[in-house]
Amino acid sequence: MSTASAKQVLFEPIFSNNPIALQILGICSALAVTTSMQLSVVMGLAVCTVTGLANLAVSLIRSQIPSNIRIIVQMTIIATLVIVVDQVLRAYAYELSKQLSVFVGLIITNCIVMGRAEAFAMQNGPAMSFVDGVGNGLGYAVILLFVAFFRELLGSGKLFGVEILPLVNDGGWYVPNGMLLLPPSAFFLIGIFIWIVRTWDKGQVEAPDYKMSKHRVKEAF
Amino acid sequence: MSSKETMGKTFTVAFLLCLVCSIIVAGSVVILKPTQQANKALNLQANILAAAGLLPAGADKTQIKAAFEKIDARIVDLNTGEYVDPSVVGKQKAIDYDQRKAQKDPNLSKSISGSEDIASIKRRVDYAKVYLVRDNDEIKTIILPVSGYGLWSTLHGFLALEADANTVVGFGFYEHAETPGLGGEVDNPNWKAQWPGKKVYDLDASEAPKIALLKGAVDRSNPEAEYQIDGLSGATLTSRGVSNLVQYWTGEHGFQKYLQKLRQGV
Repeated sequence: MSTASAKQVLFEPIFSNNPIALQILGICSALAVTTSMQLSVVMGLAVCTVTGLANLAVSLIRSQIPSNIRIIVQMTIIATLVIVVDQVLRAYAYELSKQLSVFVGLIITNCIVMGRAEAFAMQNGPAMSFVDGVGNGLGYAVILLFVAFFRELLGSGKLFGVEILPLVNDGGWYVPNGMLLLPPSAFFLIGIFIWIVRTWDKGQVEAPDYKMSKHRVKEAF
Repeated sequence: MSSKETMGKTFTVAFLLCLVCSIIVAGSVVILKPTQQANKALNLQANILAAAGLLPAGADKTQIKAAFEKIDARIVDLNTGEYVDPSVVGKQKAIDYDQRKAQKDPNLSKSISGSEDIASIKRRVDYAKVYLVRDNDEIKTIILPVSGYGLWSTLHGFLALEADANTVVGFGFYEHAETPGLGGEVDNPNWKAQWPGKKVYDLDASEAPKIALLKGAVDRSNPEAEYQIDGLSGATLTSRGVSNLVQYWTGEHGFQKYLQKLRQGV
């Protein structure tokens, strides 16, 4: 990792080492906020900001953090950043922050943020750590947008709140699929995304944990 | 390795970190508070206008403020149904009265018991702030604040009635935390569009509010349909909560006396 270039650090988490698709982190909020594109964009930006700045801050003081309280130090930094982001959203994007409600606050518990702080920022310089944080935030955002695209389009016939498929209720032809607005549909979509990514990049497929042994019939004599 | 692992170092780092973080958090809250409060106030005004059907589509800040200028706030004593002077609640102007704060103030509210408290609000204010839309001194629309518990949260909204103090002009919530897509459908414009024209009371039969949400859709051919609203599918408890809170606030512990007085033309 020490020789990785900034570009690699930034782009690797988006597809080849995506925090949601490969590491299966941060799924919970991906289910909750992906009912519309607009929310996903804001949530993606919020997570990018938090992961980037948290990594930067942790990396800056990494040589001072006593190892027995390092996790709580990281948590404190992350929590501070999340509160600030939440306050900014409430001041400048009031309508959206009302819809995101608790999920902005829940970025604190998003495993991606702390995972990166612990795994990357504790060992690397501030600039690289910031880039890594932003990259992982983007990786998260890409999945959010992918899921939200299908959920909003098929669930409510809209993209960014603009009607694409005219709904039957409003005199159009499209019968919205209500299930796509419910959380389970996000699971299906994330599953499909993981499937696509792993078909394209075979290296992500884990070796099976065990193999079925061949069935042999022993004759009893 | 050894220098940063001492007890003293641990405490110093923890203390300094907490200090810096708390300054950042406190700073952001203090700096952003005025903007947030302005947003909240504007949101409230927009919702009052929306309930009264006076909110033009896509209205911006100045339009909302201008439209809101024409609305008159008054304080109503819920026990007598009479208007009272704002000085009773310790304010210069009625608009400055914060009814939600008063609900927590033992001097301005009373605690209500189980059977009476169908909206599950626990305490009821003595004085409520109503908004009046006038047309040449004649009251055109009465906007009543309502609140009550749904499934997850207390819903806060406004019910607007015509001058007959019975026919609904509009209804909507400005704050709630019900499940998006299920109970959250109380914000759906299609659902809210059912409210205008409905009647709260069947005045020939009784003074008690009759309006309610049904489970499922309303049969429009039924003569009772004008007192009925479609329930929200997948949100039985939210629907029940909405039904209860509307009945509570138009009932004997809510604005019933006030509305009776209005109908008698006092």
